[in-house]
Amino acid sequence: MSDLWRLTAHEAHEGLRERKFTSVELTQSVIDRVAAAESRVHAYITLTPEIALEQAREADAKFAAGTATPLTGVPIGVKDLIMTKGVRTTAASKILGNFIPPYDSHVYEQVRKAGAVMVGKTNMDEFAMGSSTEHSAFGPSHNPWNLDLVPGGSSGGSAAATAAGECLIALGSDTGGSIRQPAAFCGLVGIDPTYGKVSRYGIIAFGSSLDQVGPIARDVEDAATLLDCIAGHDPRDSTSNPDPAPDLRHYLGQDIKGMRIGVPREYFVEGMEQGVRTRIEEALKVFESLGATVDRDVSLPSTDHALAVYYIIAPSEASANLARYDGVKYGFRDGTGTTMWEDMERSRSGGFGTEVKRRIMLGTYALSAGYYDAFYLKAQKVRTLINREFQEAFKKYDVLVTPTSPTVAFPIGAKVDDPYAMYLNDVFTLPASVAGLPGLSLPCGLSEGLPVGLQIIGNFFDEGRIISAAHAFERAFGNANRLPEL
Amino acid sequence: MALTSEEVLHIARLARMSLTDDEVSRFAAQLSGILDHFAALAAVDTDGVEPTAHPLPLSNVMRADEARPSLSQADALANAPAQEDGYIRVRAVLE
Repeated sequence: MSDLWRLTAHEAHEGLRERKFTSVELTQSVIDRVAAAESRVHAYITLTPEIALEQAREADAKFAAGTATPLTGVPIGVKDLIMTKGVRTTAASKILGNFIPPYDSHVYEQVRKAGAVMVGKTNMDEFAMGSSTEHSAFGPSHNPWNLDLVPGGSSGGSAAATAAGECLIALGSDTGGSIRQPAAFCGLVGIDPTYGKVSRYGIIAFGSSLDQVGPIARDVEDAATLLDCIAGHDPRDSTSNPDPAPDLRHYLGQDIKGMRIGVPREYFVEGMEQGVRTRIEEALKVFESLGATVDRDVSLPSTDHALAVYYIIAPSEASANLARYDGVKYGFRDGTGTTMWEDMERSRSGGFGTEVKRRIMLGTYALSAGYYDAFYLKAQKVRTLINREFQEAFKKYDVLVTPTSPTVAFPIGAKVDDPYAMYLNDVFTLPASVAGLPGLSLPCGLSEGLPVGLQIIGNFFDEGRIISAAHAFERAFGNANRLPEL
Repeated sequence: MALTSEEVLHIARLARMSLTDDEVSRFAAQLSGILDHFAALAAVDTDGVEPTAHPLPLSNVMRADEARPSLSQADALANAPAQEDGYIRVRAVLE
């Protein structure tokens, strides 16, 4: 019974339903695993074992009463920008180092209604700004596949915890690749949903036209199950999609014969690792063997502009969103200034880390008088062109398949002092983000012992088709729930 | 596109952040480098292209104007760094 933490969420659900073990036993197994692994991985900012065991007892009561659902009693990691009433939520920033939310986020309400068990709040890049989890005020997380490497970011703690067995499944958030890239680096499945599919109510904001919460899991079925749990209309978020959300589990186990897959050539660039290229090419042959048609001659010429568009729009929105941290209403206050303005400036300078300051500066510049048209407005127009190219492509293809990242996980410290090199990491996840399209990353083998991620991009609210493609690939490839030795 | 120290300080003032001398010189170099990479956007033909502010075709989403419970005063003040008599305390705004 000691290795229950190795189970996927759906395997755990079977065991709980058949009374092979209780949620308290499952949760204790994860808590013991955290005790063994956390000093090496540092996946969490705040651990909540007492809350977890109490929620596990409630879950066991639900099984006894016959009211359990697929996530009841399943230990979950929650990214630390998802507000949890009464449990410290920091966004990995000193400026929110002591912040105790007075209300729950929509997504946390949803996983609690489902009876999931919170293990703790996971580490991340400060305010989700980064691709390595090195920009955390609480120190970096380590990749369970190789502790000298980054787990990716910004949801690196959620990915590291899921891969290390410090939870079975986790919530992350994606603005420009922050779920898909860490899922790829840690050999997991991650979904960035269509913008508007998941309510942003109670999520600490970064780029409001881009932010989405989504699942990080050890197989496609678990990812679909968690996304089903958190998706749906919420009137508290005015950008929440009012249409009913389909049941994604329905799309598991579907035949993908005849599915039309497009492979945009702009995603096979100079500088991408040969091992990544080889694994993706092998994956395309797997799709062909399943009866899908693969067109390798697709072109999305504006792809190259997505990086600039994203790194103008996201910092601009961030500079406005982060104006609320003034050391007055909540959060870190410096208090050594002689005037209110001086106090505010010192609180912000002392409370924000370097990358956050850099992005606030970039966004403030792009929105400032004289530069708005050249940067922000121009970026929004090119965003329209990127959207149009995707829409043209989806007239001919059901899904697009690309690598998730040009490289496998890189060493801690390798890029932290070169912001542009760090930004380039997101080059394959940014285009779908700026278009608001859903994207899934799943493992497609190893390169030099490290996981390679395959990205499947679909049209708006077409997560079902992405899940069918991903699940068919996962079953043919036989790579589900593959955990590293640690 | 080289940003000067004066421009960096101006942006910092707009963003209400005080920067150390070291941060000013570092950000001047780094932001200039990043902006150079963005210059390629200027060459993209966007004549007649509408800007996209938001990916979904939703606008003017309103909720019913109904009274409902809100945070209590104690909850709203619970995270304030300084408070007095049920108010948030700040330094004098006017000198």
